[in-house]
Amino acid sequence: MGGLTTLSGFQYVAPMDLAAAATALRDAEGRARVLAGGTDILVQLREGMRDADLLVDVKKIPELVELEYSADAGLRLGAATPCYQIYTNAEVVNAYPALVDATRIIGGWQIQSRASVGGNLCNSSPAADGIPPLMVHQAVCHLAAADGRRSVPVNDFCTGPGTNTLSPGELLATITLPPSPPGSGSAFQRFIPRNEMDIAVASAASWIELNEAGDTIQAARVALGAVAPTPVLADEAGQFLVGKAPNEDNFAEAGVLARKVASPIDDMRGTVEFRVHLVGVLTQRTLALAYQRAQDGAGHTGH
Amino acid sequence: MAKKTHVTANINGEEVEFLCEPRQSLLEVLREVLGLTGSKEGCNNGNCGACTVLLDGLPVDSCLVLAVETEGAAITTIEGIAEQGHLHPLQQCFLEGAALQCGICTPGFIVGAKALLDRNPHPTENEIRFNLAGNLCRCTGYDKIVRSIQEAADRLQPSA
Repeated sequence: MGGLTTLSGFQYVAPMDLAAAATALRDAEGRARVLAGGTDILVQLREGMRDADLLVDVKKIPELVELEYSADAGLRLGAATPCYQIYTNAEVVNAYPALVDATRIIGGWQIQSRASVGGNLCNSSPAADGIPPLMVHQAVCHLAAADGRRSVPVNDFCTGPGTNTLSPGELLATITLPPSPPGSGSAFQRFIPRNEMDIAVASAASWIELNEAGDTIQAARVALGAVAPTPVLADEAGQFLVGKAPNEDNFAEAGVLARKVASPIDDMRGTVEFRVHLVGVLTQRTLALAYQRAQDGAGHTGH
Repeated sequence: MAKKTHVTANINGEEVEFLCEPRQSLLEVLREVLGLTGSKEGCNNGNCGACTVLLDGLPVDSCLVLAVETEGAAITTIEGIAEQGHLHPLQQCFLEGAALQCGICTPGFIVGAKALLDRNPHPTENEIRFNLAGNLCRCTGYDKIVRSIQEAADRLQPSA
């Protein structure tokens, strides 16, 4: 069995705390990889896209598998906390619906049992479903290394297709999301030619906050996936909506503005023209859904 | 050959000890070390679900789990689905409903469907199709699989 797809040899350690993990990564001098859910790294090692002499399994480190939510402090998400824990947590479903939308459709159930949002971020695919929702929710990434810690806004985490700000020896420990204010809502959608289990041709996440009367947008953010070397924030689209009425005309105009930051490639999944078109459509649709959720008190219903 | 690690896990209700290299997937160890060949290798990259097992109650692709990660875990494979020599209603309904042709995907579908029915005793057709999107079948066209799961749900817990 296996043949060409058998993994070649590596060592495995499963440290119990972050300091030990950081030390193991430092001592491996760039020859180690972090193992969270394994749904990307094991495939990449098998297919020779990445290699490693050591896998550092971080799932025994309490901080890396936590999911701590409070209305005042927001969400603390361990980098290795699996997706299913996000969409089965009623409070998180209410507070961060865009993130929940994404975690429900990253792979199938078998993948969601293991794959983490942190792993999705560290894999740094331009098409990662987990990243645009983190961007519109203003997530902050907390990194750890043997010589100290630092925090990076999620918008600055990815640096290109498959690359990010992590230095050798550094790992993502936790992701924090600020509380969702009352009257806010968010949504994430992607286009794929199948019903499930595919990589986004294009994707969009939107977040809006309404005023108390519910008739004016106070703040808005739009982020896009699979249309640039990294997931990108569509600043102009978000800015445009501030002070505007939450209606389809304005959502459509925001979609037109969002298209300006799309610089996609032509590949087997879609052409440049199609992807740019999708950005407009998905921006408009996710804004409408985010608005609906903001009105419902951010009540997220089904999938 | 890398040093082997000693692992103890509960597999289908029994405490099992085995030796494995870090590079060996749970699927490889199940099939080649433990002789549990019911779980199938389809794609070996997490797309097809033929190797689905329950790991601490959750469905996972055993090709994407390292066997060394399962120390102390509870694993249910297709071999653990029948009880006391009697087919599980899912297995019986798959047979009666002809929900398989070549059969390679069947163990994964049955394990995945069991996980679904454990949580949602009467799933709708859409819920079945959505939750089993990670299991591919290239023979049946899925309809007979969906109907067999619904029939098994009715037998397991007849609706009032």
